[in-house]
Amino acid sequence: MIARTVWRRISSGVMTGIVALLSFTAVLALVLILADLIAKGASSIDWAFFTKSPVPAGETGGGVANAIVGTGIIVGLAALIGLPIGIGAGLYLAEYGAGRLGFMVRFIADVMNGTPSIVIGIFAWTWMVKPVGRFSALAGSAALAILMIPMIARTTEEMVRLVPHSLREAALALGYPRWRTSLRVVARTALGGIVTGCLVGVARIAGETAPLLFTALGNLNFSTAVTHPMQTLSLQIYVYATGPFEEWHRLAWAAALVLMGLVLVLSMLARWVTRQRYGRVR
Amino acid sequence: MTTLPIEPVPAPPPSIETPSAEPRWTSLRGVNASDRIYKGLLTVLALALPLLIIALFVQLFFSALPAIKRFGFSFLWTSTWDPVAEIYGAAPMIFGTLASSFLALLIAVPLAVGVAIYLTEFAPRWVRQPVAFLVEMLAAIPSVVYGLWGVFVLIPFLRSYVVPPLKAVLGWTPFFQGVFYGNSLLAGGIILAIMIVPYIAAVSREVLLAVPSSQREAALGMGATRWEAVWTAVLPYGRAGLIGAIILGLGRALGETMAVTMVIGNRHDISLSALQPAYTMAAAVANEFSEATTSMYQSALAEVGLMLFVITILVNAFARVLIWRVARGTAVGSKAL
Repeated sequence: MIARTVWRRISSGVMTGIVALLSFTAVLALVLILADLIAKGASSIDWAFFTKSPVPAGETGGGVANAIVGTGIIVGLAALIGLPIGIGAGLYLAEYGAGRLGFMVRFIADVMNGTPSIVIGIFAWTWMVKPVGRFSALAGSAALAILMIPMIARTTEEMVRLVPHSLREAALALGYPRWRTSLRVVARTALGGIVTGCLVGVARIAGETAPLLFTALGNLNFSTAVTHPMQTLSLQIYVYATGPFEEWHRLAWAAALVLMGLVLVLSMLARWVTRQRYGRVR
Repeated sequence: MTTLPIEPVPAPPPSIETPSAEPRWTSLRGVNASDRIYKGLLTVLALALPLLIIALFVQLFFSALPAIKRFGFSFLWTSTWDPVAEIYGAAPMIFGTLASSFLALLIAVPLAVGVAIYLTEFAPRWVRQPVAFLVEMLAAIPSVVYGLWGVFVLIPFLRSYVVPPLKAVLGWTPFFQGVFYGNSLLAGGIILAIMIVPYIAAVSREVLLAVPSSQREAALGMGATRWEAVWTAVLPYGRAGLIGAIILGLGRALGETMAVTMVIGNRHDISLSALQPAYTMAAAVANEFSEATTSMYQSALAEVGLMLFVITILVNAFARVLIWRVARGTAVGSKAL
């Protein structure tokens, strides 16, 4: 009897240790990846890296200025298309989403969140590349926009739902029409959360590569024309990492560090915005 | 019988003008024009989602139609992929996709569920938030960065430290046959596992948090140790949600593209050995689509994309239903997506 109790205590302790160890392993993976990025990328980052375009294969030097600008343009355009639609759909779900349509939209948004981005790449290619016969940054932006809509919709909905009902009732009682209540009171109160969702969404698409492979294609030269192929950091990392040159690998690590930094800054910013508003609650 | 003259029914007196809906209340009842416009606008934006998913499906289907007509079901079990002879079969990719995802789940599930259990049941309070954040950060790392890390760090590591002992112990099984060149099913599976851990962990954690504490208290009150309470009360209660979380991870693994493309070897071959190169559906599209010159080649790749799309939609929908059953109506897990 006592032996059994002791055994149960021990096994409980051992299992606690195991799950703690598993958590440690998961965190270790993150630390290892970030450490490798810094160890292999940081030394290659200098002024020229940010200001110069790539040099022909085999030569040393050069930078990724074209990719940084390209990432900004493509992601910016995608946000311009995707954010209004996503936020609007999210507001719909929060304000009018109790019915059957709301249920369906919510379900589809959740399911679409898991759709492979490469499939959306094929979609954008068929609609925007094939007809004009030319790869374009715009097609890449469209693909990324489609990718971010369901995600933005769901986070917006969640954030708007956090707004207490009493606020809405107070505004309605003062004679505000519903649309003004929704925009000026409810959405305004949830603004911090909505911005967080948008930042996280932008951070996620900034690192996307697959849907850009045959839409934005990539471009070794500096280009800002949205109807032509354009380079992004993610595409550049892919090409450089799979290429044969030592020099390319070096630049790939540096570009990955920059991309990771960009994504981390956006994520941190997102958390900081939420902290400002819901600091005590969370 | 004399018929009574039918008196024409007197016309109703002109109806008294009912006062048009009292203007004072219109805004409260939400019937004024600007409210309708607002609702209509939001509805249109919300309808974009169903329309998009239908458009995706229809377009992929029509792109794939030439290949579907030409190859029929044999597309699924043919292993030849010959753009010159225009013969396409997706069997190696289907196999590779399933095998790499299975391998990924094998590694990721214990890890991720362990994380979730530790964070909800055992960890000291001050550990929970930071560790959860760090694990979630794994989801923020772009796929292509995982690929880069896989190529230059993971594969060399596997080659020097993991594969030799694996071959020494399990080399006799069909799963670890052949020479290890680096790019392989094993490398793809491990990278995928790291990538899906945050998703499974985040959703599992929310599922476990949704388990009422009365379940734990009851088990503890009956004299269970803390682990027994978790194993006999908490986990069974959240079972459907946990399975949902795992299937959600599976959906991610099936569709993951860049990292896998960079480390799996991209060879149209079916080999049981995890040490050999393989191919996945997503990797095939990523690798070959921009080079596909003939329309049949494009159509075959579109069919691969269509299969991938349908499979992930079904897997995700199934996972959603399971998760919703545990935490009805709340957006459990959507944060992780």
